[in-house]
Order: sequence, then structure tokens, then C-alpha cells
Amino acid sequence: MSDQAVAVNRGGPTDKTLRIDSWWVEPVVTVGMLSTFLIYTTWAALVNEHYYVAPYLSPFYSPCLSTSCAHVTLGLFDWPLSPAILILWAPAGFRLTCYYYRKAYYRSFWMSPPACAVRDGHAQYSGETRFPLLMQNLHRYFFYAATLVVLFLWWDALLAFRFPTADGGSEFGMGLGTLVLIANAAFLSLYSFSCHSCRHLCGGGLDVLSQSPLRLKLWRQVSRLNENHMLFAWISLVGVMLTDVYVRFISMGYISDVRFF
Amino acid sequence: MASEFTMRVWRGDISGGEFKDYRVEAQEGMVVLDVIHTIQATQAPDLAVRWNCKAGKCGSCSAEINGKPRLMCMTRMNLFESGDTITISPIKTFPLLRDLVTDVSFNYEKAKKIPALKLKAKEADGTRRMYQDDVDRVQEFHKCIECFLCQDVCHVIRDHEDNKPDFAGPRSFVRMASLEMHPLDEEDRRELLKVDAGLGYCNITKCCTEVCPEGIHITDNAIIPLKERVVDAYYDPVVWLMNKLTGK
Ligand code: SF4
Ligand code: SF4
Ligand code: FES
Ligand code: FES
Repeated sequence: MSDQAVAVNRGGPTDKTLRIDSWWVEPVVTVGMLSTFLIYTTWAALVNEHYYVAPYLSPFYSPCLSTSCAHVTLGLFDWPLSPAILILWAPAGFRLTCYYYRKAYYRSFWMSPPACAVRDGHAQYSGETRFPLLMQNLHRYFFYAATLVVLFLWWDALLAFRFPTADGGSEFGMGLGTLVLIANAAFLSLYSFSCHSCRHLCGGGLDVLSQSPLRLKLWRQVSRLNENHMLFAWISLVGVMLTDVYVRFISMGYISDVRFF
Repeated sequence: MASEFTMRVWRGDISGGEFKDYRVEAQEGMVVLDVIHTIQATQAPDLAVRWNCKAGKCGSCSAEINGKPRLMCMTRMNLFESGDTITISPIKTFPLLRDLVTDVSFNYEKAKKIPALKLKAKEADGTRRMYQDDVDRVQEFHKCIECFLCQDVCHVIRDHEDNKPDFAGPRSFVRMASLEMHPLDEEDRRELLKVDAGLGYCNITKCCTEVCPEGIHITDNAIIPLKERVVDAYYDPVVWLMNKLTGK
């Protein structure tokens, strides 16, 4: 990485930054958090085992579209690799092109800029004007796809009330895992519906909102959620990872689920 | 109670300069601009500084205080510990005229290129009506005091002089958002935003929002909504297909 963004003589100080606070903490923490998530998710998605323990399905494998799944949501065809690959592109693309995560990784991984009023880590800069970053403009399509996945997660949360019985039937019940799956679906919904593209599609794109009262109402609600989009981004990121860990640990026998009734 | 500070102030012009230290006493309630005026009055009568209102409303006294873009008149000295050394430098993105004064004409040149409000036709009764629900959103943008701190901090031009001809900057985007979202405006600025104003250069890293003294949500409420409008016009394959099919 080059550390010489073009310094034209404008007459003032030429230091990389004159900030004396700990501006580097935020990018370092972001790199740490996002790397942990990336490494864990990649491993969990490829390992293709311990993702289902009745009645809980890990969110990384939902909806399960292959007929060879440990828990089939919609058996469309037989897929020889991990079924997570079939669906994870949607939430992954959604987060990758998310306006908030863009800020987070442009600053921390790409140092463009590492922090405000700290020199850009690159000599040349064209932002999102060229391929591949031009593709960030397709964010709204990932919003559609990822929202569909969230609907399936709510379905899984409902199924998490249906426990298998010894005679091969099922009974209504609730365990800690049920609450974990509900919380996960709720946090992911808050993240999805606080999205900037969602805000635009709900009403932000209109100039005369007053003529579309329903969209005005929707836009106001989404705008309110949108103020906390960064918070939802982090909570849902950690949440989805912990949900997988919970299901995985029960499935591996490390812990047992707490059954309330 | 008075406190003592070392003010490290940039002195010089486009041909060169250096930081000079001034030891100053600050009284309770003083802001950085007061201290700069004290230096002017007692130690450096030729120190150049631009200011006007001392109330955070004229946008003249922009500078970088310990490396952070801020208004000098809105930065209280009690933010610092007695004995601290405080660095005061001119805003970095624009050419220096002298000491703390820069030539910010770049911003006015960019402003000239923004098409003004183009009013819709009057209604049958000869009037035009706007509803509060429609103007609420743009009122935030009218708080701008043109301090240009957002333009200063934006790395697109701060660190890349070569981008200046192609990028209008966050202040311009705030202005364009106020016009684009105006319920009575019928001008379409999306091509201008994409092509000449270089909206795509912004990577939404939000420094403009962080420094805006008026608390305008520049990125969330102006830039991102404008980016989405540009997507409608240029990058939405569904809209593109619909237009093809309907022969538009
Ligand atoms: S968000 Fe965009 S316009 Fe604002 S400072 Fe960052 S790059 Fe510049
Ligand atoms: S948008 Fe904010 S930071 Fe930018 S010029 Fe206006 S008041 Fe200053
Ligand atoms: S998901 Fe973050 S902006 Fe759309
Ligand atoms: S002097 Fe007017 S904003 Fe500071």
C-alpha cells in the first residue's frame, strides 16, 4: 500500500495528520471484528455439518435448498457441496454493498481514509466511479434477496417451537434455542428494514411525499430505524454468528439446550 | 480561573511557513478564536485570521484544531487541559492566502454550476402549494452556514488534488439534495450529479457528517438518497428493462 496521496503544495502543513487523539483505534477494532466474522462464517459455511439439531436450524444454512440437507426447507435439487453456498451470497452481498459496511471497510481495510483528516493511504483515488466498486450501486437487489432470506429465518423461528417426540411425532414447546432464533430473526429484520435502499424505495425517492400517505408513513418509520442502522449492523452480525455457535455446540454435544416447556 | 496554553499556530503563505508557539492565558468561557485574538492583540498583530460573527453562524472561522476541522469560535478552551499545546492550522484542502486564511473560491465555483430551483407550473387557482410533510426533509439542509469544513475534510479532494475538477464535494451535495427533494422543483439534476459533480467519488466514509458544525446528516440524508436517485436513473436493470420494453 502506498502512503503518498498526492501532496500538492497548498501552503499549509504537510503532515499525514495533526490529530493527537487515538484515531487508529476504530479502524483496528473494525478490522478485528470483521475478520473474525469472515473467518468464522467461511469455516461454518463450508464445514457442512452440525448445522441442525431438531428443531433448530443454523441461520447460515437457511433456507436449505438441497435435498441432501440435514433439514430441508425447500428441496429444489441435490447439491453435492455445502448447501450454505446456495444462499449465503445473498446476505454476504447485502452486507458487502451496505452503505454502512462500505464506510467501515473503506476506512479500516482500505484506509481511504483511515480516519477523518488523516491522509488517504492511496496515491490515486476514483471512489465508486469504476468497476468493480461501481457494482455497489446494485445494493437494492441484494436488499430484495436478503430480505427473502430473513423471511425464511422467521419460518425457522416458528419451527423452533415444534420439538420432536420419542414416538417420531412432534409437540409444541420452547427452549432457549427458540428464543435465540427469534432474537436472531428480529435483529436481522431490524438491519434489513433500516437499510438506506429500503428507505429510498419506501418513499425517499419521492419529492411530494404528502400525496402518498402510506409511503410517507413507511418512509418515516424506516427513517427512524435507519438512524440506528450501524447499531443494527453490528448487533445482527454478532447475533447471527452466536446463533450458529449455539446450534453447533448443541449439535456437537458441548452444551445442551435449556427447555422451558 | 485563568489557564495557560501554548498555541502552536501556522504562520506563512503559499510559498512556505512554519508553526510558531505563543504562550497565552485563557480566561473562563473563552473559545479558541478569543485566544487567537489575544495573540493578535498582544504578540502577533500581523496574524491573519478570518472571522465575522463569533457565534457559529457566518462560517468564516474554519480551521484545524489539533488536526480536527472545527470552527474556532465554537471550540471552547475548557476542552483542553491547562498547560496543553494546541495546534491551530489553516484548512488543508484549499490554497493558503496567509496564516489561517485560505482561498475557498473552489466552493463558489462549484456552487455556480448547480441549476437553481425550476418551479412547477401554478395550480388552476394561480397558486403553488407545499405541505409541511414535504418540506420537513429539506429544511435540515438550509441550516448550512457554508463553513466548508465538510469540503475540507473530504479525502476525495483533500488528499487528491487531481479530483478537484471532477468532484463538487459534500457542501454541493447538500445544496443539490435540497433542490432535488424540493416538492415544487422539476429540474432533474441526476446527470449532473453522476457526471460533472462526481457523486460516485464519494465513498460514504462520513467525515463530512462528523465535522459539520450544524449537525446536518450530510451522508445519510443528502448523499445516500442522491446516490439512490442516481441508481434509479442509471444502474437499475429493472427500470432499464421496463424502459426498453415500453420504448421510453
Ligand atoms: S462521505 Fe463522501 S462527501 Fe463526505 S467526506 Fe466522505 S467521501 Fe467526502
Ligand atoms: S454542510 Fe455543514 S460542514 Fe458543510 S459547509 Fe454546510 S455547515 Fe459547513
Ligand atoms: S443494508 Fe446497510 S444500507 Fe442497505
Ligand atoms: S466567526 Fe462566524 S462562525 Fe466562527
